[in-house]
Amino acid sequence: MAAERGAPAEALVGQVVLPGDLLLLPAHYDEDAEGERLRLSAGTAPQGRLLCGPGLRRSGAGLLVTKCGLLRHRPAGGGAFWVDSQQKRYVPVKGDHVIGIVTAKAGDVFRLDVGGSEPASLSYLAFEGATKRNRPNVQVGDLIYGQFVVANKDMEPEMVCIDSSGKSSGMGIIGQDGFLFKVSLGLIRKLLAPKCEIIQELSQLYPFELVLGMNGRIWVKAKTVQQTLIIVNILEACEYMTAQQRKQALAKLSGN
Amino acid sequence: MAGEVKTKLSKNLLRMKFMQRGLDSQTKKQLEEEEKKIISEEHWYLDVPDLKEKESCIIEERSFLRCEDLVYGRMSFKGFNPEIEKLMIKMNSKCKEEEIEEDDKMEADVSDEEMARRYETLVGTIGKKFLRKRDQRVLKDDDEDDEVEEGNSNIRPSKRAKKMFLKPQD
Repeated sequence: MAAERGAPAEALVGQVVLPGDLLLLPAHYDEDAEGERLRLSAGTAPQGRLLCGPGLRRSGAGLLVTKCGLLRHRPAGGGAFWVDSQQKRYVPVKGDHVIGIVTAKAGDVFRLDVGGSEPASLSYLAFEGATKRNRPNVQVGDLIYGQFVVANKDMEPEMVCIDSSGKSSGMGIIGQDGFLFKVSLGLIRKLLAPKCEIIQELSQLYPFELVLGMNGRIWVKAKTVQQTLIIVNILEACEYMTAQQRKQALAKLSGN
Repeated sequence: MAGEVKTKLSKNLLRMKFMQRGLDSQTKKQLEEEEKKIISEEHWYLDVPDLKEKESCIIEERSFLRCEDLVYGRMSFKGFNPEIEKLMIKMNSKCKEEEIEEDDKMEADVSDEEMARRYETLVGTIGKKFLRKRDQRVLKDDDEDDEVEEGNSNIRPSKRAKKMFLKPQD
């Protein structure tokens, strides 16, 4: 197979890339150019290292694309490139906050279903204020919001419900009632963007509570069942609606 | 028993510590070197040239959290869950704090110079409180000496001499 000549990475930002594309990076990231680094003036060489995000792999001359999607770039903090791709299947990643469903209690450890290939394990001591005598009140079927501490392809994923300082900071058992449903991972990331219009528009409707897990699961709770279902339907549908259609739908609802 | 034939001791036995105490340093060194040679010959090693590790500027990352700027996943609106709303403000402002670097210099009621002047005298005043009686007397003499230049300078020097322990002369 003929090797494709790569294109410079910055030219393809915002465009569709396919697996197998080679992205060339500017000269100061070249691994082989050790002596040449001295020649570059201090102004051009960026501080810190380049972050090669999901969908990209480091290969000799640059970055190799492994997933199809749009190429994104962030110039701050040393620079980062990643591929914005769409998928429904979640693969556990360390540091991600996810919603898990308790499927079994095995001694000191709970088994949670997070939508990955293996159930994750969660120790009963990984809750805020939990001791050997003071166990958390977790039953089979409960929903838990936690983060991964171990998540690689060789080991079973492990979760905890406390952060590095020992505080729960919102993680733990998600309360009673509410509705859990699944969406694609791309929508979750869109909803978690800093100024998401969908969330802002929904928050004008009625009071409700929302938990978004990076594994594609969303939990919603509002005052009545009907309100909850309305929010669920809007969130599921807004992936394929344009902004205009969404505004129309919400206008109809707030009119009711 | 102690016949002409000397019993031959094995090499391993000779190599043991208690047998070597009687030897002189040179033979000891020789024995040590031989031991090292045997051990190093038994060690396996790779017959490939040394690869120098290149320092790479690229970090591979599988999480979206570090690439994109995502807000906290738990949200509550219009006061449905007040604790979560408080948490939202805390978590989201934590992220923003890293970006915004402001100089938080509050306006001081007292200027820095005034503060320094105050402290200069303050330390002395408080320090006097904890002096012993003898030191206090000396201090007082010092002060008087500084302030009053004229005066009975004859009597001053003799008084000023601190009473030290006089060793009895035999």
